[in-house]
Amino acid sequence: MQTRQALIDYTLHLADNALILGHRNSEWTGHGPILEQDIALSNIALDLIGQARLFYQYAALLINKTPAADPTSPLNHGTAVTEDSLAYLRDAWDFKNCLLCEQTNGDWGKTVLRQFYFSAYQFYLYGEMQKGKDATLAAIAEKALKEVTYHLRWSSEWVIRLGDGTAESHARMEKAVGELSRLTAELFLPAQYERSLAEAGLAVDLLPLRSRWEQRVREVFEMATLSGGAGMLTGGKEGRHTEHLGYLLAEMQFLQRAYPGCEW
Amino acid sequence: MSVQELEKIFQDRIDSEIRIEPRDWMPDAYRKTLIRQISQHAHSEIVGMLPEANWITRAPSLRRKATLIAKVQDEAGHGLYLYSAAETLNISREEMIAQLHSGKAKYSSIFNYPTLTWADMGAIGWLVDGAAIMNQVPLCRASYGPYARAMVRICKEESFHQRQGFEILLTLSRGSADQRRMCQDAINRWWWPSVMMFGPNDESSPHSAQSMAWKIKRFSNDELRQRFVDICAEQVKLLGMTLPDPELSWNEEKQHYDFGAIDWDEFWNVVNGNGPCNKERLAARVQAHEDGAWVREAALAYAGKKRQEKDAA
Ligand SMILES: [Fe+2]
Ligand SMILES: [Fe+2]
Repeated sequence: MQTRQALIDYTLHLADNALILGHRNSEWTGHGPILEQDIALSNIALDLIGQARLFYQYAALLINKTPAADPTSPLNHGTAVTEDSLAYLRDAWDFKNCLLCEQTNGDWGKTVLRQFYFSAYQFYLYGEMQKGKDATLAAIAEKALKEVTYHLRWSSEWVIRLGDGTAESHARMEKAVGELSRLTAELFLPAQYERSLAEAGLAVDLLPLRSRWEQRVREVFEMATLSGGAGMLTGGKEGRHTEHLGYLLAEMQFLQRAYPGCEW
Repeated sequence: MSVQELEKIFQDRIDSEIRIEPRDWMPDAYRKTLIRQISQHAHSEIVGMLPEANWITRAPSLRRKATLIAKVQDEAGHGLYLYSAAETLNISREEMIAQLHSGKAKYSSIFNYPTLTWADMGAIGWLVDGAAIMNQVPLCRASYGPYARAMVRICKEESFHQRQGFEILLTLSRGSADQRRMCQDAINRWWWPSVMMFGPNDESSPHSAQSMAWKIKRFSNDELRQRFVDICAEQVKLLGMTLPDPELSWNEEKQHYDFGAIDWDEFWNVVNGNGPCNKERLAARVQAHEDGAWVREAALAYAGKKRQEKDAA
């Protein structure tokens, strides 16, 4: 039972990461600096939302099969949980995404850096997850890894190009590193549900991932002539978020909240 | 060869439905007309991303969110194909974009209307993409090769958009009272602007005759408009909704729908920059361009550095 709950939490964590970052990226659609790049970032948004849907569908399946332990849970309306009720009817404290994903877009530099940090993380994470013991998670990871490989290449190239572009772009990238790097430690700090599942081989053990991720970031930053950042801010995985998430959800969930119980 | 002889060869090719390609000789007026039309069309795709992008972050389900992003992304792709087609006529994308931002080049007025509810995503797909298809399918046979080929790819995607839009409205029409109200309200607001998308009446459409002779245009504005009204008047019944035109009625003799008079004052008002969102749409495009300037400069600078390193090696 406890494992079941941890697996649900873990799957939601994976889904929330993908949805929230995908949503943020989609805010760029129609407003990108170059038409081709507008399309590229929208594509990444689509991939991430696609991943989120697969994780949410799996989470819904797990939840619907679990006898209602907590009758007061917001997920327990007596109706079946769906990908949409999970995305649209939970409040911020139930979201388990990393703080990095919910940060505002800022300029193009901050957006591509956020994507780079996160894609590098997803790249190693999914690489391990596809070998994991949970067949559904493994299958999703295998499919998503192909997409993430491209996201990582695309975002690495942008970080390098902007870091080593003009004096202005370099300064903007350094500023973005200053804003975002303190949010990267959380990626590798396992939440309770990750720890308990990792022991059973159901979740990826994050500790060995960290050095590989750091190595990749160092390499790209070297080409980009960027220095690393410091600091540490965590909590998202356990539902303690920055102020940004509330606004994102208020906007995203508006229709489902204003007109409850409708088909769209 | 004299210009007259060249013009004769050119018109003969058009008359025998042989495509004109970028390297072929063409009259200057033909080139100019095409640049104006294709760039205007490209700008419409790009500006047209904005009213729908306005609802991406508020789409009511994950499936709708994904299809809406994909749709808006398709429009960006259409813009790309069309800018490329126009570039074969010796104008750069930068030049065209500068003309858009200065107000010299136009884009379709329909995108100067606001998207106020989710139902607008349905109404735009059904009516706006629907009208666009009506206009664009004949362009797949346009005399200028690159334009015609771009239109073939575009039309395939537009018909997909149109079906998706209709499906959004169909879902709303079968939903709650609020959803049905949303659906009818969106149809009410988008109907007349969509009817106006076919342009002025034939008698006040100055460029049409020449464009027909050049086979850049195959049907008159009013012919296409009539076809659109006939189709929509039937489709709206499937939604259990109505079109906001009390004079709409089937004319047995003509085998067409009669419809009410178009408010041309409104049409010209929006064309001339005074529609509800003209300023916002253009400002959003200019803003994206200006905010992106440092990104484009950096990309150029970086590419330059890499080229130098390569040359030095
Ligand atoms: Fe289009
Ligand atoms: Fe379209």
